[in-house]
Amino acid sequence: MSADHGHGGGRRHPGLAEGLSLSEPALRLLAMEELLVEKGVIGGDDVRRVMDVIAARSPADGARVVARAWTDPAFKLRLLEDPRAALAEVGYPVASGAVLSVVENTEAVHHLVVCTLCSCYPTSLLGPPPDWYKSFAYRSRAVADPRGVMREFGLEVDEAVEVRVVDSAADLRYMVLPRRPEGTEGMAEEDLVALVTRDSLVGVGAPNPPAAES
Amino acid sequence: MARFRPGDRVRVLPNVVDTHHRTPAYVKGRVGRVHALSGSFHDPEDRAYGGSGLPKRELYLVGFGMRSLWGRRYRGGQKDRLLVDIYEQWLEPAGQPIEGQVDDER
Repeated sequence: MSADHGHGGGRRHPGLAEGLSLSEPALRLLAMEELLVEKGVIGGDDVRRVMDVIAARSPADGARVVARAWTDPAFKLRLLEDPRAALAEVGYPVASGAVLSVVENTEAVHHLVVCTLCSCYPTSLLGPPPDWYKSFAYRSRAVADPRGVMREFGLEVDEAVEVRVVDSAADLRYMVLPRRPEGTEGMAEEDLVALVTRDSLVGVGAPNPPAAES
Repeated sequence: MARFRPGDRVRVLPNVVDTHHRTPAYVKGRVGRVHALSGSFHDPEDRAYGGSGLPKRELYLVGFGMRSLWGRRYRGGQKDRLLVDIYEQWLEPAGQPIEGQVDDER
């Protein structure tokens, strides 16, 4: 980097607010990004473009996939067997590199997803993870006391149900296929979408119950 | 070719290394069972330092009993398990459990 390129003065990083002070890790990140651009490893726009792609997805996309799986048993099987193909089929092409795995909650098994090493999350379908997912507290406690953690989120899992904590420490990204709530038998796919919460896609919560008949 | 199959008892190597790897410390030295084959991927331990990551390495979803990981401190059902993706180079065969001993996967 040239002398007038540091963050102490000279050129200001685009997008930084006036007078904003950055933490040391944030400064290091910006410095690395600038270095990578300067050396031609990435283009000046690459980081922003990737962030835009991630931000374009949200838990609502996961909710649509879950509602389809609840109403179409053949689609559900394909989603569990070959998530990439099943998602492409409903208009969600998953970026290459990310391997998505869908784990199904049943009467007997409840899955909870965590990444103890960092914050691996199925961003290609659900967008960026919630802040608590990246917190040290969640990452350390989810593997050692999952039932306690779920209780704090308001979810009590019956003792007879097997809790399976999935630590996505390597190359797979896990999404939970939550159980379809009782009393939703007659509901249409588009109405079921609204019941699927982000928490239920990570396993710390359950989908919302259907609204009471008025 | 994958060295292990679903159901195989495996031990995670206890190695402490300073370099980038994807094996969480809390399962090092622990015995579990292969739950599923997760596929083969570029080796993150090589890619982290600018390498090609080739040859690809087999990745396994390995299951551990929560009680075996945390002992009596664990608050939950006997069946509760932890599943974590572990690379083949971090696994060794664990053989059969010794009769009379507490099964260390549960």
